[in-house]
Amino acid sequence: MSAAIQCRDLRKTYDGKVEAVRGLNLEIQAGECFGLLGPNGAGKTTTIEILEGLLDPTAGQVTILGRNWQSNQRELRELLGISLQETRLTEKLTVRETLDLFASFYRQPRSADEVLEEMQLTEKADARVGKLSGGQRQRLAVATALVGNPKILFLDEPTTGLDPQSRRQLWDLIRAFQKAGGTVLLTTHYMDEAERLCGRLAIVDHGQIIAEGSPADLIDRLGGHHVVEFSTGGNSDGAALDIWRALPGVESVRHEDGLVSLTVHEPHHTIPALLDAIAKQGSQLLHLTTRQASLEDVFVRLTGRHLREE
Amino acid sequence: MPSTTIAPTTPAAEPKKVSVPPNGRWSGYRYLLTARLRELQREPEVIFWVFLFPILLALGLGIAFRNKSADATSIAIVSGRGAQDTLALIQSSPQRSLIHAELLDQSQALQGFRLGKYDLVVERGEKGSIQYRYDPARPESVLSRAEVDAALQSAAGRKDIIPTTAVTSSEPGSRYIDFLVPGMLGMNLMNAAMWGIGFALVEMRQRKLLKRFVATPMRRTDFLLALLSSRLILMVVEVSLLLGFGALVFHMRILGSLFSIVMIGAIGAISFGGLGLLTASRAQKIESVSGLMNLVMMPMWIFSGVFFSYQRFPTVIQPFIRLLPLTALNDALRDTILQGASLVSQSGRILVLVIWGGVSFLLALRWFRWT
Repeated sequence: MSAAIQCRDLRKTYDGKVEAVRGLNLEIQAGECFGLLGPNGAGKTTTIEILEGLLDPTAGQVTILGRNWQSNQRELRELLGISLQETRLTEKLTVRETLDLFASFYRQPRSADEVLEEMQLTEKADARVGKLSGGQRQRLAVATALVGNPKILFLDEPTTGLDPQSRRQLWDLIRAFQKAGGTVLLTTHYMDEAERLCGRLAIVDHGQIIAEGSPADLIDRLGGHHVVEFSTGGNSDGAALDIWRALPGVESVRHEDGLVSLTVHEPHHTIPALLDAIAKQGSQLLHLTTRQASLEDVFVRLTGRHLREE
Repeated sequence: MPSTTIAPTTPAAEPKKVSVPPNGRWSGYRYLLTARLRELQREPEVIFWVFLFPILLALGLGIAFRNKSADATSIAIVSGRGAQDTLALIQSSPQRSLIHAELLDQSQALQGFRLGKYDLVVERGEKGSIQYRYDPARPESVLSRAEVDAALQSAAGRKDIIPTTAVTSSEPGSRYIDFLVPGMLGMNLMNAAMWGIGFALVEMRQRKLLKRFVATPMRRTDFLLALLSSRLILMVVEVSLLLGFGALVFHMRILGSLFSIVMIGAIGAISFGGLGLLTASRAQKIESVSGLMNLVMMPMWIFSGVFFSYQRFPTVIQPFIRLLPLTALNDALRDTILQGASLVSQSGRILVLVIWGGVSFLLALRWFRWT
């Protein structure tokens, strides 16, 4: 069985200088929801637009459902549903007119009414696009991708700029598509989105994949599932970091703006030892929290930067 | 539990589904055209600029340049010795109804002349001679001098050697409004095609809608065809409105066949559509395409005989002016509308339009960016 989406050594260089994508390999199976997670400017959009056949790669090969863009363009377009990062649909048309228009491009589209209902837009069917809220517009954007009855759905930053409720609503709709047998490829810079939605994901930075696997796998690779964060009144860098690193069960140590983060296996062993060490130092504990490790921690561990750094 | 194999080989996001009949070859085109027309119809500015504005402009200009009472001329007579005599001579002349004369002191008379209020200043000189002050660059001033001179001479007793009679004629077809309406029509077709296609495309490119469209199986030719079709539909409305207006309000006589007029309009609209497509082939921002389009259209607004005949330009540049697409369109429209010329007789001008449109379209095909 061939993969739904496959690319080998994908490269894209703009104007002969800017290397947006630098040798990227992906293999996504049918029925998967796969995420490209990375900060802004990591090359996610360039990658997804090459896979969507909207950009030509400088080098590398793309295979979608066993076909390629050079010889099967029209056929592939019938099989894919695409939502771009920022399309502004015509404001003077109504929701239904917009959907009917997109449906008219496909040989065998789905019923617009049915898609409207799935996207919870039935009430807004006769409203002008210009009058929709951000969440409704984004759902309509996804609806225009679904109305062609695609096998693969490409979503570029589907929930950027949406309120939490609209985001959850959209997540449910994406999950429903996947449950019905569809394949999803999405890009995001929200780690919670990737964690909840994607069976597998690739962390992208500077045009390359720096880690790939299921969210749980990636977190496992941190070595610890928990993060203990604290700050003390005393000096906490240099020699102090070595003290924290030597504590029982500590996998890694990070220090940022006076806040120390320890990745640990078992907080109930590490924390008492930590308190002892602080007391021995003669400094004061100002702040202490523990939480589950997240993809954000994975990203920070791999790159030394945060996903949403400006 | 059944087997543990994962996912069927071809995962179709079905199975429920209301069945929808498959779309035919032209469904995309049909929906694109409908959507475009709906969009235009819901844009009040479009209705104003495309339909109302040219009519208002024609109305304004038609009134401003309506045939003044048989081209009466206004003159100033500088008061002083003999001024009353001069006035009396004019008022007793056969041309008195065509000359409106006022007595003024010299400075007022000269100022009025400078401002264009008077076409001529008449002053008594030494020994009963008469001095005319006129501007040879102003046709009405030249006419006024001849008219007033004839009036004075004949009132003073000059006898014409050859008897003449004059018949006045202001037939519809030779008035300024008759010249203006076809020119307005041509200009409007150019403006609407350039904006309706060029501007619309860049706006859609800027909104990333073009990119979204090419991410579907939409045929790109259908998209351009729909855009052009919407233009042609509006063209028919524009032509009917403007000609209907000219006929009703200014009693224009339309001698050409409606078929010929619409055919020429369509060829013009398509030709300028090609030019609009070319202008819009690369621009990413509507600001840059607006500048570009004005740059393309500006020379034609001036040279192509919209508001005044290009015969006024030096003879050497007239062959070049005739090669401009708007000149060809305006000339063809004028000959057809005003003189009932046949389509065949306009084939040279039609060829100019076809070449402009065709070359633009071919270049646009090479350069056009959907993203």
